[in-house]
Order: sequence, then structure tokens, then C-alpha cells
Amino acid sequence: MSVDTATVRRVARLARIKVTDDEAERMTNELNSILGFVEQLDEVDISGVEPMTSVVSVKMRRRQDVVTDGEDAEGVTANAPVSEDNFFLVPKVVE
Amino acid sequence: MNMAVRTPDPKKLIKGATGDWEIIIGLEVHAQVSSNAKLFSGASAVFGAEPNMHVSLVDAAMPGMLPVINEECVAQAIRTGLGLKAEINLYSVFDRKNYFYPDLPQGYQISQYKQPIVGEGKVLLDMPEGVVEIGIERLHLEQDAGKSIHDQHPTMSFVDLNRSGVALMEIVSKPDLRSSEEVKAYLAKLRTILRYLGTCDGNMEEGSMRADINVSVRKPGDPLGTRCEIKNVNSMRFAAQAVEFEARRQIGIIEDGGKIDQETRLYDPGKGETRSMRSKEEAHDYRYFPDPDLLPLELDPAWVEGLKANLPELPDEKKARFVADYGITPYDAMVLTLERASADYYELVAKKRDGKAVANFMINELFGRLNKDGKGIEASPVTPDQLGAIVDLIGDGTISGKIAKDLFEIVYTEGGDPKKLVEERGLKQVTDTGAIEKAVDEVIAANPDKAEQAKAKPTLSGWFVGQVMKATGGKANPQAVNDLVKAKLGIE
Amino acid sequence: MTDLTSLTLAEARDALKAKSFTAVELTDAYLAAMEKARVLNAYVTETPDKARDMARASDARIAAGKAGALEGLPLGIKDLYATKGVHTQACSHILDGFEPTYESTVSANLWADGAVMLGKLNMDEFAMGSSNETSHYGSVVNPWRRNGSDVNLVPGGSSGGSAAAVAARLCLGATATDTGGSIRQPAAFTGTTGIKPTYGRCSRWGLVAFASSLDQAGPIARDVRDTAILLKSMASVDPKDTTSVDLPVPDYEAAIGKSVKGFKIGIPKEYRLDGMPAEIDALWQKGIDILREAGAEIVDISLPHTKYALPAYYIVAPAEASSNLARYDGVRYGLRVPGSDIIDMYENTRAAGFGAEVKRRILIGTYVLSAGYYDAYYLRAQKVRTLIKRDFETVYAAGVDAILTPATPSAAFGIGEKADADPVEMYLNDVFTVTVNMAGLPGLAVPAGLSAEGLPLGLQLIGRPFDEETLFTLGSTIEKAVGTFTPKQWW
Ligand SMILES: [Mg+2]
Ligand SMILES: [Zn+2]
Repeated sequence: MSVDTATVRRVARLARIKVTDDEAERMTNELNSILGFVEQLDEVDISGVEPMTSVVSVKMRRRQDVVTDGEDAEGVTANAPVSEDNFFLVPKVVE
Repeated sequence: MNMAVRTPDPKKLIKGATGDWEIIIGLEVHAQVSSNAKLFSGASAVFGAEPNMHVSLVDAAMPGMLPVINEECVAQAIRTGLGLKAEINLYSVFDRKNYFYPDLPQGYQISQYKQPIVGEGKVLLDMPEGVVEIGIERLHLEQDAGKSIHDQHPTMSFVDLNRSGVALMEIVSKPDLRSSEEVKAYLAKLRTILRYLGTCDGNMEEGSMRADINVSVRKPGDPLGTRCEIKNVNSMRFAAQAVEFEARRQIGIIEDGGKIDQETRLYDPGKGETRSMRSKEEAHDYRYFPDPDLLPLELDPAWVEGLKANLPELPDEKKARFVADYGITPYDAMVLTLERASADYYELVAKKRDGKAVANFMINELFGRLNKDGKGIEASPVTPDQLGAIVDLIGDGTISGKIAKDLFEIVYTEGGDPKKLVEERGLKQVTDTGAIEKAVDEVIAANPDKAEQAKAKPTLSGWFVGQVMKATGGKANPQAVNDLVKAKLGIE
Repeated sequence: MTDLTSLTLAEARDALKAKSFTAVELTDAYLAAMEKARVLNAYVTETPDKARDMARASDARIAAGKAGALEGLPLGIKDLYATKGVHTQACSHILDGFEPTYESTVSANLWADGAVMLGKLNMDEFAMGSSNETSHYGSVVNPWRRNGSDVNLVPGGSSGGSAAAVAARLCLGATATDTGGSIRQPAAFTGTTGIKPTYGRCSRWGLVAFASSLDQAGPIARDVRDTAILLKSMASVDPKDTTSVDLPVPDYEAAIGKSVKGFKIGIPKEYRLDGMPAEIDALWQKGIDILREAGAEIVDISLPHTKYALPAYYIVAPAEASSNLARYDGVRYGLRVPGSDIIDMYENTRAAGFGAEVKRRILIGTYVLSAGYYDAYYLRAQKVRTLIKRDFETVYAAGVDAILTPATPSAAFGIGEKADADPVEMYLNDVFTVTVNMAGLPGLAVPAGLSAEGLPLGLQLIGRPFDEETLFTLGSTIEKAVGTFTPKQWW
């Protein structure tokens, strides 16, 4: 399978990365090179094989239903590029 | 999909210009799990806090943060599944649903996509025409998003992550509903079940229960039409209104020769209409894949059995038992079991009493009075003991039904022991025939014309009974008055 | 005092215990060495004040007889580790100015044992790279040079700063991380020792995530013993990381120098690549001979799906990364580049904040997960992964204790040398290491000799799950035979 520049633009949009025309073209070539490389997986017989879900075979640990965190709005917003009254501020979202 | 399961009910069809239409409805209800902490973090899940106070580093998606699942949220989902008579999947998987939105800090929502924790189940609706079974497709656990506020600033939105990561159960019905009444009944029943189980408080105003409603229309017997999804409806009334509007909108389009576009719509309660959410229409590609930070959720069957064993009695079972044990009507039983607290109240009173009398008094007096005040049964000023005492006083003839209403009002507003109140305020029913006889004689003596007429027209005796009751301040035993009036007037 | 930096971590530990010098003196020696070595660009942030404070506290604890296992030992921390109040950017522009309010579990474990932080080490942006050329802070220079050459070479990646700092004696040891070879490849390129522990051995909490199912923390150090000492402190079960494993942490140092008699060592034929340089082949043979002479049994084994590990990796890792890196959106921390609306802000921020390699992997990952491609790429790759793991399980079940392979297909190359190459050519650097991540196994890189050009070359030992001890025993056996390797100081 290979991708064209329009596909690369669509994927870049999904990933929220702005690309210039030059970049889109360069990335199309790079992506095709990588997709060409991974194509060899098609020769592996995977019939009846389960996909790996976790590389270690342990049971997932769970937390108790106890409040142990939070109550630090200032710390949470300390690194925010723009904040006010402990809210994060973003360009207005139109719904 | 079981599109052919229900035979179209002519009464539920909508008349269009080209004939009758059937509405097909499926619901996805997001119910907030009752828990102290969030689904994957130790921050509080309680509603209403200062901005970003109920936020952990995990909820804010700080670099390097990892989710750890809250066991109680898992237990709540299982309890709910059991309450919906659904299969519990001992192996389920958390996936990531990827999209960008400012109230979604991770850039993905952790949700169960391919392998949910709960599979197929059912909900029974008590409709006037009988019981209707609505299929449940699945229930899965997922995270809630934060909140964006758009009206604080001319060019900026404010983001508060307090809701971010709170556990939700998404309960997906089959497309089994056929009318706005059923939608209302379904939401009410679901809410009742969740509240019985204690797995969700069902508070729709605070957003604890929100419904996405899928609506399509078809001519009876036709294949399913194209559906529209009405997002995030947060009241039962709006849900019903939205369905009505949307069905008529779709019928109008089709009858005008148009086609329905599959889209996401929003219900505007002010205008009473649904409108397209174009901003959400950008091609979605959620790129679901299993969350590599979380191992699959594997349940110990014994643990699930333990949860099952400790499940409370559910409304359907309770209703059936009330009918059998207390001899009340299915309708009364349904009303009494809508809320677990009402049912518990009822049982406290009805034990060792006449169940029917208690049901009548509760439904007519207590519920009516509470309703007037906008109070729930939990806030009832009349305790089960007090209510039981009033019913006892009626039962043993100490007070009349009419006096009981007055007594109830006194207990409701002032409190006190009903028995003592009857004594202190002289509310006791007069059963002394001598006293009643005297009153009857006086009324007859004062109205000789009417007494004469009554001999020819026996129904007039009712007027005399009324006069005597009035004269005795309602305290005379109505039966005794009735007998004496008839005897004195010489009616049969 | 400069010769204090010539001691190994174990030697410095013992000398501090014997009060031969103070932690402050040792720390000052390293701070001086770092200042002199800035041309190597190994550190992105030096924290001298913090280092001296910590060293003073260590001296006080030593005086009070309350010294921890790493008391007073100066270490470098890869920029991928969250360090409270200190530059933590995964060497990306998108985390511009980010200073966490929290400390990663692994670094916290080190401080709890008394270690001293010298600063944050350079790395490939978000650990994506094999040459440390993708860092927002520029390339790290390998302290090693080819014989008679002054061409600057790469230290490998992504833990290039960690490897270079250890090789150039700018710290006693360093934390690193390994997603596809990022500990072992740079260790091999710099003549240092590094271990990627079994997945789950160290907590990932507070490690900026690249690919969650593959990322593992581990140490790079001057020799096998130092590596063992550091891993003991770094490893722990962590209630904050569901994938960390609740097993006791053994005393890894005790495994050093034990006999390898009776160990069965597998030599996988699939690692004998076409066109592999003869000196890599010779190095491998040397390793085999050393272990055989020490009493180990050498057996030929087959790991038939080896060749598919790298292509499967380049689906799984970018897919996870594309999702893990979605949080860098200019809202809560780091860089924000304004835009006409929210989407424009996202797109501008991420376009300016991510470098070319990171963008490439995000796009690949987004593509392979997108509608219609999931089954063909991601699902298939995860099935292949099952087969890769099964290959190892089969040989271990047959009695093999560990597997010996080369660590890299070549020695270090020049900075910029592969700039115009196809991205896949760079990815081939990890061809020997990536299988280990795909199977979640422990892998140790140990230097075993020098190339004809005088550059270090490493061997890799792959172990059973949670059997890092065997790797330390085998690694120390090789080390004993070949010695350790130190670059000539030219900076
Ligand atoms: Mg949904
Ligand atoms: Zn949902």
C-alpha cells in the first residue's frame, strides 16, 4: 500500500499538525518508504494467532475508591501557557 | 439488530400525508458512576468544586502520568449489568478513542469499544397497554470529559477539568423503542434501577444521566430508515419533545421527496426543535486501539458472584412481591416501587397492616402532599410510624377518613403522635348512638319539608347525612349516621 | 581532584563509605568535568546548586551513619524523566519551559537511596532516534573518535546524552530508557554498559511516554557492576504504574562474577545478517569463545520471526506514540503558537513544537490506526509480536538460559552522515535490539572490543523474563575477559 499527498494531508489534519506543500510532498515519500518496509509483514502467516495485549502476564492491579489526589488547582495550571482563575484558556471554541 | 421484534402498534403510529409512520428509537445513556474517586485517578468525583480542584496530574494529562483503575467503578458497572439482567464479560478491554478537544486533556478518551464489561440485557417498561421489553445492547465503562465555558470572555473559552476522568457507564439500548412515551418510561425505569442499585444518582439536572437519542422513521414493515443522533439530552421531558419533533421533521422531509442525512443534532428546548451540529461534522476517525497503559480487565467469577449475592431487590421483583404479599394492584405496586425509599417506607408501614389501606393512604395523601412541596420521600416530615398510626386509627374506627386527612395535615405540618393528637384535639369519631341520634333528630326537626320529600325520594337521605356530619364536626361515624337517618326517615 | 571522576560508581561508593573524600568533593569534581566537556552537548541542563545541596545532605547522612545504597553518588538523568522543578522536555520544543510539579518514580527511588543529581541529559526528541540527532538541543558528540580522525561521531540514541556522559566521565552513571534499543545501542557506541530490564521491572510513572507497551527505564554505567547497582535502586513495583510488576528486586550486584558453568547460551542464526561487517561477526565469535571457555554451553537456536520485529515495531511504536503525543496541544503546558481558532492553534503549535522525526512517526502511527487500516497494520503487527515472543518462549522452554547476539550492526557513524538517507536506513540500527522490546525481555549491552577504526563495539545478552541476574553474571564474565573501554580525552 502507498499513500498520496492528499492522504498525508488528511492524516496530518487528523494528527493536528500543519504541513506546508513541501513538507507534505517530502513526508509522502518518507511514509511510502516506511510503508514499503513494513509491507514484508504480509508474508507472515498469522492465522489463528492472538494479537499481543500485554507483554507481561500479570493481573491488572486496581486502586481503592479513595480520594488521594487533587485539591491543587494552582499546581495543575502552573505550567499553562494561558490561564485565569485556575482555568485553562484556549481560543474560543464554537459549538 | 432486531428490527422485526415488535409488531407496529396502530395507536403509536404517526399520521403523515402519505400514510402512517413508525418511529424507531434507540438510546445511549451516559450514567455517572457513584464513586468517591475518578475512574483512573485518585481525584474526587464529587460534583461542584472550584475550577480544576478535583483534578489530579493524571486527569490533566501531565507528561508521564498513568491510569490506575478504580475497583469500585468496576464493581458498580457489574452491579448495573446484573440489574439489567445482562451478561457480565469476565474479560474486557479498555481502548483509546482519539480526538482533539480542549476538554479532553489526553487527546483520547479511555473507553471500552470492542470488548465491553457488560453484554446484552433488558429493561421492562410498564406501559398502559402492558409490559414492553426493551433490549440492552451493552454497557461499557469510560471517562467523562472536562467542561469548556464559552461565555466568560469575548475570544477565549475557559477549560475546567473537574469532570475529566469521572467514571461513566454508557448504556446502549437496542432500537426497540417506538414512541416518546416509551422514551420517557425507559429513562424513568433506567433511573429507578440505577438508583435502587446505588450505582448512579440519576440526577439529570447535574448531568449524572444524559441521553443520546437515535431516531429514524419508516412505513410499518419497511426496512430501517436513516437515523439522526440527538446528542446530550438532559431531561426526560426534553427527550420526549426531541423525539416528537425529530420524527415529524424526518417524516416531513421524506414526504416532500427528500432524503434524511445521517447526522448529529442538538435539541434546543427554548425553540422546541432539533438542529444540526455542523461543527461536529468534521470527518471523525477515532483510531480506536487497546490502551497500552492498561492491561485487560479480568474478573474473578467469585467476585462477580459476591456482588450478585449482595444485590438489593430490584423494582420489578419488588413490585411482583408487593402484589403477592400485600394484595395491592400492579399499578399501585409500580407507583410504590418507583423509588427504593418509597418502597422501603411502604413496607415499614404495611407490615402487619392492611396493605391496600396503606397503599391508598400513601399514594393519595403522602405522595400528593410531598409532591405539592416538591419533596422526596426522604424528606417526608411524616415518619412511617406516624403514618402507620394514622392508618391504624382509621382501621379501628377511631377516626373517619375525612378526619384522617386533617390529622395527616397536622402531623405533616406540626408533627406529634397521631394517637395523642386525636385525644388532645377531640378528633375522635362519635360512635355513641345516643349522641348521633340526638343530632339526627335535631336536623329532621329543623327540616320537616325535606323529611317529607325524602320518604318519596330516598336519595335525599344523603343530604341529611351531610347535615348531621356537619353538625358533629365530622366526628360522627358515617355508617351509624347513615343507618339512623334512614331509620328515622322511615326509608326501607 | 579531577581524578575522582576516574573511579567507578562502586569504587566511589566504597571510598565515600571509607570517608576518603566527601560527596561534595566528588560532586564538585563532576561539575568541573561537565563544564569542561560542554562541547559534547551531553547535558541540556546542569543543576550545580541542586547537586551541591544534595551532596551536602549526603555528607550529613554519611556522618550520621545513615547512608543509603547510592549515598553521595552523582548521576545524570535523561531528559525524559520528570524531575520536580527542573527542566523536563524530552528534548522537544513542544514542552518549552515545562517544569513538572512531580518526580518520576525511578528518579525518586535514586534520590531516596542518596544519589545526587548533576543535571538533565540530552536525548533524541521524545526518545525517537538512534543517533541523538533529533534533539531540539542539537546533537550529542560521542567522546570516541576514529583513530587519527577528528570527525565528530554520534553517540547513538535515543539515550545519547546518557551514554556520552558516562563514557566521558561526566557522571558516575545515568538513567536512560529503551523502547527499541535506546539504552543498548548508545551503550555499544560509547563503550559503556547498559541494561534494558524486563518490561515492568521499573515503573514508567513520570517517564514521558513514547510507546507505552515498549518503554522501559534502565541504567547506563561504566561497567557491569555499576549497572547492576543502579538497576537495584531504580527497579520497584509502583502502585501508580499498573504494568509494573510486583516481584522482589534481587541484589543484582551479587550476580557479578558468579560462575557461568552449566549455563546454556543460545546463538540465534537469524542474527547473522547478509552483509554484516566482518568485525561484528568476529566480535560475536569472540563473545561465544569467552563464554564457552568460562564453562557455558553454546547451542545454536532459531528465532524464526526475528526479521519481522523491526517492521512490526515501526507500526506498534508509532501507533502508540501518535496517541501518547496527542496531549501536547498547547493547552495545559509547554509551547503554544497562536492560531485563528482552536484547531489552528493546535496545528500551529504541533507543527512548530515537534521535529521532523517525531512528526514522521506521528503521521505513520495515525495512518496505521486510521479507519480501514487498523487490521492490516496494527492488528497484524500485534499478532506478529505474539509470534516473536513465542520464538523466545520456545527456546527458553528448551533450556536456554540466555541468548548472545551483537548489539549493533556497526560502530558509531558520523554526525550528519545519514542525514539524507532514507528513514528506514536509520531504523536498521535497532535491528538486533528491537526484538527484545517486542517480547518484553531483559537485554544487556556490554562492550566487547574495538573496531579496526578504534571505536567500541558491543555484544547483547538477552535473558528470560525477570532474570536480569543471569545477564549480569554473563556480562561480567565477558567484561572480565575483555576489560573496560575509555575514550581518550580530546575535549
Ligand atoms: Mg456513544
Ligand atoms: Zn460514550
